[in-house]
Amino acid sequence: MDHFPTNWGRPRNDAFDAYGTYPIAQRPYNGPTTDAFSEGIQHTQQPIVTGTSVLAIKYKDGIMMSADNLASYGSLARFKDIQRLHPVGTNTVIGAGGDMSDFQYIQGLLDELMVEEFTQQDGHSLGPSEIHEYLSHVMYSRRSKMNPLWNSLIVGGFKDGKRFLSYVDLLGTTYSASTLATGYGSYIAQPLLRKAVEGNEDVITEDEAVRILEQSMKVLFYRDARSLNKYQIAKITADGVSVSESRSADTHWSFAEGIRGYGAQTQ
Amino acid sequence: MFRNTYDSDNTVFSPQGRLHQVEYALEAVKQGSAAVGLRSKTHSVLLALKRSTGELASYQQKMFRIDDHVGIAIAGLTSDARVLSNFMRQQAMSSKMAFNRPIPVNRLVSAIADKAQVNTQEYGRRPYGVGFLVIGQDKSGPHLYEFSPSGNSYEYYAMSIGARSQSAKTYLEKHYESFADCSLEDLIKHGLHALRETLQQDKDLNVNNTSIGIVGAPSMHENTTGVSFRMLEGETIKPFLDTMVPKDVPATAPAPAATADEDVQMTE
Amino acid sequence: MTSIGTGYDLSASTYSPDGRIFQVEYANKAVENSGTAIGLRVKDGIVLAVEKLVHSKLLIPDANRRIQTLDRHLGLATAGLLADGRQLANRARDESANFRDSFRSPAPVKYIADRLGSYVQVYTLYSSVRPFGISTIIGGVDQDGPSLFVIEPSGVFFGYHGAAVGKGRQLAKTELEKLKLSELTMRQAVLEAARIIYLVHDDSKEKTFELEMSWIGDETNGLHVPVPKDLLAEAEQKAKAALEDFE
Repeated sequence: MDHFPTNWGRPRNDAFDAYGTYPIAQRPYNGPTTDAFSEGIQHTQQPIVTGTSVLAIKYKDGIMMSADNLASYGSLARFKDIQRLHPVGTNTVIGAGGDMSDFQYIQGLLDELMVEEFTQQDGHSLGPSEIHEYLSHVMYSRRSKMNPLWNSLIVGGFKDGKRFLSYVDLLGTTYSASTLATGYGSYIAQPLLRKAVEGNEDVITEDEAVRILEQSMKVLFYRDARSLNKYQIAKITADGVSVSESRSADTHWSFAEGIRGYGAQTQ
Repeated sequence: MFRNTYDSDNTVFSPQGRLHQVEYALEAVKQGSAAVGLRSKTHSVLLALKRSTGELASYQQKMFRIDDHVGIAIAGLTSDARVLSNFMRQQAMSSKMAFNRPIPVNRLVSAIADKAQVNTQEYGRRPYGVGFLVIGQDKSGPHLYEFSPSGNSYEYYAMSIGARSQSAKTYLEKHYESFADCSLEDLIKHGLHALRETLQQDKDLNVNNTSIGIVGAPSMHENTTGVSFRMLEGETIKPFLDTMVPKDVPATAPAPAATADEDVQMTE
Repeated sequence: MTSIGTGYDLSASTYSPDGRIFQVEYANKAVENSGTAIGLRVKDGIVLAVEKLVHSKLLIPDANRRIQTLDRHLGLATAGLLADGRQLANRARDESANFRDSFRSPAPVKYIADRLGSYVQVYTLYSSVRPFGISTIIGGVDQDGPSLFVIEPSGVFFGYHGAAVGKGRQLAKTELEKLKLSELTMRQAVLEAARIIYLVHDDSKEKTFELEMSWIGDETNGLHVPVPKDLLAEAEQKAKAALEDFE
């Protein structure tokens, strides 16, 4: 809005300016002003299309990660075949919760980075720790511009015989642990994951790791209203990256019949 | 000196497709005192000959540290070298900053080579008047590169640049096949022998005019446990100098220590 | 070149009285002094090969590459001033990255060739710069399959089935013309490319050389990568054998 009345113009005189075209140079200018602060700048204040939890654990052979296929539009289950586990190169997977268009933008950034790395053809490649470091700078610099990329990201990988698992979010906060979870999962699934994994990182087999994640995904589907019973599991080991086909957990809702106090009951 | 119409400007090709200004810049490298670099499976080393302008002057620095894992030796215009080495440090730091990764050595060398190329193509500049030997260690092992003002860079088993470097090169070509399996001490010994070839008849290497740069595990003569780039100067290089086989006449006592103000004077 | 030394050949921004731009012609001379580079466009991909002249035995084999990668699906080989080749490759990478940024898909080979052609041409317009002293072969596989282009120092570019630049280009072209390129597979093309490079290398005049090859196609998942060591060795061995038969 232009708050200067002198810029608002005068009633047009049809006698000599029937279409309001004269003189163009003297007509009020209402475009962007040269001063960037004269009109306020609005940045992202909320995510729009969102993904919910990502879970990740360390296990004997590497890292395993899971996320469902839902992208919600508010409380509407808007997109039901979104992939939120994204392989980057041959040693890394990033999993994302939060705004999905910001996540797609991040995928673009990483793709550009990986192409740049590939074109060097010198045998050096970016591994999970380098990618996580880079992402943490991107996220922190965006939050410092008061224009965050609204995501919480988990970076998991396996390179040079070492597992890597770390977290970074829209504030640029980072941390590492042998189990990580974002969003609702950090309340609901994290305690379950910790109990199953901590101290057993070098013992848990692939099958056990899948079972641990399946169990947590099932619990999340029961309790998280923004989740979907259709999810993928990614594993990163010495053999590289693989992201599974979508799968679903076996759930039972008969107990819901007996619950009273909310929902569409008639009595 | 030879002159022709096509040599006063770096934006002009000669009819033979040559760039005379670039070729003259390569001559500037040969004005500087020599530097030698060698590589084994475990180490890269640099050896450089320092000059001083007189008895009252200190010796001109020939080696610069770029990052923990990279160092350079220079021949030619020292001021140009400072500009380029600052640039290399920035590149190294930004790799550390963005990815927490020591910059791969080849990329660092390519970065200055690309920078130097611009000076061979655009008007109002001159090509850099300095050549580098760059050593470093990264995930793919120890490396040795040569950078030259033409904007080219190459990786070598061993190389020498600077005044009379051809003599050193001849030595290196004769022995390079044995370098891969050399111990650090032997590698440095070979380097000193090669560097000595660039001296005038009556001169010899001593603790004042020689610098040694190393990446890789420390030698028994060193007082460190680190593997990162380090420069040895002064008394610390004496044990290495002592390993040298005396020149020409192996039977006689080691060559007398040269006086402090030996060597050619810098004329730039 | 009788006009040499008449003063019309000192700048890219000067025509000679008969309408030639000598600086561009001299740039072509720089190309002619360099090792040969060839490119083959065959039915399932692209093969690039260069004759890398080895100026010192102290050089580490394989380490100093002359074929460069521009993008996942694009490769570039130059003949001429090496440093100019690197500069142009960097520009090509920027172009390719910009295309990806705008359209979220890999750039068509022709688009990159077009952009680079324009870029090179600009360096023929002003006295403040010199032309690029390189001829460039760009190969890649895009949505429409494999394609191959050559960019000259003047900025012109053409598409080819088989291309050769550098010192031995005449002989190489003759050999390429004998091949039925659109019927070859990449593997066959690798053997032919190696044979041609060995054939055009002039043992009597030249220093030793190293054969460097890369390819892009179905076999490489559409990626521009060096030809695997074992295949390279096989190609070299066959090339040497063929050379003996030839002589």
